[in-house]
Amino acid sequence: MTDLTRLDASVLAGMLDAGETTSVDLTRAHLDRIAAVDGAVHAFLQVDHEGALAAARASDARRAAGDVASPLDGVPIAVKDVIATKGLTTTVGSKILEGWVPPYDATVAARLRAAGLPILGKTNMDEFAMGSSTEHSAYGPTHNPWDLDRIPGGSGGGSAAAVAAFEAPLAIGTDTGGSIRQPGAVTGTVGVKPTYGGVSRYGLVAMANSLDQAGPVTRSVLDAALLHEVIGGHDPLDSTSLIDPLPTLVAAARQGASGDLAGVRIGVVNELGGEGYQEGVEARFDDAVRLMTEAGADVVEVSCPSFVHALAAYYLIMPSEASSNLARFDAMRYGLRVIPEGIDNPSAEDVMRATRDAGFGEEVKRRIILGTYALSSGYYDAYYGQAQKVRTLIQRDFAAAFDQADVLVSPTAPTTAFRIGEKLDDPLAMYLNDIATIPANLAGVPGISVPSGLAEEDGLPAGVQVLAPALADDRLYRVGAALETLLQKTWGGPLLGRAPELETR
Amino acid sequence: MSVTGTLVDFDAALEQFDPALGLEVHVELNTASKMFCGCPTEFGAEPNTQTCPTCLGLPGSMPVVNRSAVESAMKIGLALNCEIAEWCRFARKNYFYPDMPKNFQTSQYDEPIAFDGWTEVDVDGTTYRVEIERAHMEEDTGKSLHVGTSGRIHGADYSLVDYNRAGIPLIEIVTRPVMGTGAHAPAVARAYVGQLRELLLGLGVSDVRMEQGSLRCDVNLSLAPRGSGGLGTRTETKNVNSLRSVERAVRYEISRHAAVLGGGGSILQETRHWHEDTGVTTSGREKSDADDYRYFPEPDLVPVAPSREWVEDLRATLPEPPRVRRARLQQDWGFSDLDMRDTIGAGALGLVEETIAAGASPQAARKWWLGELARRANETDNELTALPVTPADVARVQAMVDEKTINDKLARQVLDGVLAGEGTPDEVVASRGLAVVSDEGALSAAVDTAIAANPEVADKIRDGKVAAAGALIGAVMKEMRGQADAGRVRELILEKLS
Repeated sequence: MTDLTRLDASVLAGMLDAGETTSVDLTRAHLDRIAAVDGAVHAFLQVDHEGALAAARASDARRAAGDVASPLDGVPIAVKDVIATKGLTTTVGSKILEGWVPPYDATVAARLRAAGLPILGKTNMDEFAMGSSTEHSAYGPTHNPWDLDRIPGGSGGGSAAAVAAFEAPLAIGTDTGGSIRQPGAVTGTVGVKPTYGGVSRYGLVAMANSLDQAGPVTRSVLDAALLHEVIGGHDPLDSTSLIDPLPTLVAAARQGASGDLAGVRIGVVNELGGEGYQEGVEARFDDAVRLMTEAGADVVEVSCPSFVHALAAYYLIMPSEASSNLARFDAMRYGLRVIPEGIDNPSAEDVMRATRDAGFGEEVKRRIILGTYALSSGYYDAYYGQAQKVRTLIQRDFAAAFDQADVLVSPTAPTTAFRIGEKLDDPLAMYLNDIATIPANLAGVPGISVPSGLAEEDGLPAGVQVLAPALADDRLYRVGAALETLLQKTWGGPLLGRAPELETR
Repeated sequence: MSVTGTLVDFDAALEQFDPALGLEVHVELNTASKMFCGCPTEFGAEPNTQTCPTCLGLPGSMPVVNRSAVESAMKIGLALNCEIAEWCRFARKNYFYPDMPKNFQTSQYDEPIAFDGWTEVDVDGTTYRVEIERAHMEEDTGKSLHVGTSGRIHGADYSLVDYNRAGIPLIEIVTRPVMGTGAHAPAVARAYVGQLRELLLGLGVSDVRMEQGSLRCDVNLSLAPRGSGGLGTRTETKNVNSLRSVERAVRYEISRHAAVLGGGGSILQETRHWHEDTGVTTSGREKSDADDYRYFPEPDLVPVAPSREWVEDLRATLPEPPRVRRARLQQDWGFSDLDMRDTIGAGALGLVEETIAAGASPQAARKWWLGELARRANETDNELTALPVTPADVARVQAMVDEKTINDKLARQVLDGVLAGEGTPDEVVASRGLAVVSDEGALSAAVDTAIAANPEVADKIRDGKVAAAGALIGAVMKEMRGQADAGRVRELILEKLS
């Protein structure tokens, strides 16, 4: 019998259509897989057996009645714990929201439910999405299925690991500086950050509102397109959500799957490579570029000189917004409440202070302090103001580059997965993981990470990133799917087929 | 609580100093829903029943700007002769306070929707120009209730917060310093707020109930040495929530500042609290440059960019400016300045206007609204507009008096009935049987009875002492339970005793 957990979502959807399986069987198979391997991987913070199976039964009933809600109706999914889910805890990886059950659904969650995707559970993440390794989760790290001693990337390491470990065929991630794409690269999965405003942020617990974007985490480009079409599109509850209709993404992925790139102009970004990039990562990237050239693409080099300032600008804008967003966690209305010891009749302020001290982790505190400082009167212009100017320059660099090329490409992350604990004491080294992914967030343009192969020196997966102009998300799928086809031909199958088998229990 | 002991006499203070006024008025809009979510805005609902993830600031929730609040803000701006921004943003004002769900207030900072306006107020025949610096949009906070003996945050046993008010749309209207008002400063402040109230009522954008907090006023005041043309250090007095208090607070602060400055001291830039009961201000928290709200543009909202067509459409719908309207009405009605001031002060201008439109004379309309009905409103702690009686009812009551269907005393009983919800004036007259008895037979009999019962009085009248008729009239009215026309009773008595 076929192992249902090994199949792509598009294949599972076809089997459901053909009556070859049921949503209950699919959901049960994935719940069993989670039970078997998640003790080692720790991709999930909460698994919702009953809710998932109830949704699966409802899906099967719909299908029996000839009333299918979407092309993915019945295919189960994992959701990053940053997305508010009614009736399901949403902790954002933080002690300060331990046990918090939202009374409402994020628009993304509501759209998943409306489209009939059973939600398997909530995935682990760096606390408040602050990190590149999932080590900053207050509930312990997630382990990379390729090597359990290594990080799965972050902040959405849980979603990427769940998909890579075949615990879920699909997952939702969020990407503020690379939190979908970088985990995708280091776990050999596909991750998409849509155009800013392309997917509603309503119900996404904000880290940096002007940068955050939810998107698909999958094992194939086509699956990502299918999921993107389910969650994307205008939402009146999110003022920054785009009015423009989504481009046809699934069609673009199917077109790209032929592997033909004739006439497509591809720009290699000079600034996203070289020093700081691991040799094996660069080698796999060069292979990918060569394959695309052979497939008919016009490859040009483009220069984006302001990208060198992207990381610095990001680490001013993101903490500034975060410091304000996280102010609401004050023990007054929900979440953790710590009554300070040694104070008679503690005031509200005393309780706020004690709660925030106990409830936030080191990295969160670091960013709150950075952001509070950057927004302070007398420093605002020098820090936040300057960072916004850099942002404008980066947008101009992108505009100029997209005059020369239809899409831009680079390695997704400078290195493969590092060992758990290796960079925990060196925040700056940790921040450098996002050096190639951050420019897209600052400019609001979409990006996809597709597996590019294994680095020779460590045998671990690397990723190639494709970036497109705002609103042209279809180009990601066209080029991403072509690249996937070309690479899989050289590998003789999906990269994840080469991942070591996990011990099951 | 420390109360500054010494005050300088108001007139003496103004011999030495020139006051500068600044007024910040917060207006709660009467939109059906809140500033950034769809929750209802009705006043007085059970605590925390008009809330949702957005106005509770739950993790993940997001704001969406209320279009009709933007429209109201623009109307206010236009009525105050402001420029309307072609493009403006909201900002976050960051500070921690339990009644703020997000621990930041979504407000406008350096990009207000309306700016650079002006209005004029008249005090004792002098016209003062008040320049408007800005009118900006923001959201209200929740309301804290400190439970315990003190009723204040310090010493409270515990505190409760009602978030029904959180997210109600507010417009903050800020003046530039108003200089050169001298001894008129308190009256100018009062006239400005009063006129603003009228303007907002006329625009229909707010209920402007000061007692419910839908119009809240902060008074800034500073003194500079007379003739210096400079600006002294200011204090900001909060919680000044009636027109009378605005006037008193300015007066008090002028005297207090003069005492401090005259004694060689200096004014502390601070927030002060106004105490309605004792008529004094006390020191609140010290306000200094250390207050750092870390403003930055709200990243969850897109800029507000009203089209010029929208602005011009709104401009075309603006009602007549209050000052112009008042001058016109005063002339039409033949009111004295004092009559006019009292009418405006009582918030009765519109009511009087409508009553006149319904057929009453100006004097009669004013008499009812500022007399009997103002007394009833006071008794029940209501605004005049909140009384369950319409201008048409009042005009009808007066018409019945004019027709001699009822007299003044009965008219008050008719109003009682209307206020008690017994129906229209005509229905009350019918159901309570209040019409004056015009049955000459019954009247005549009552007069005969009174004459028979009071022979000495009757004799006096027969002797020509007509003034004695009062006693007999009283007896007849008592017999008729007040339902008689006193004039006709007098005539009958004199006829019978001539």
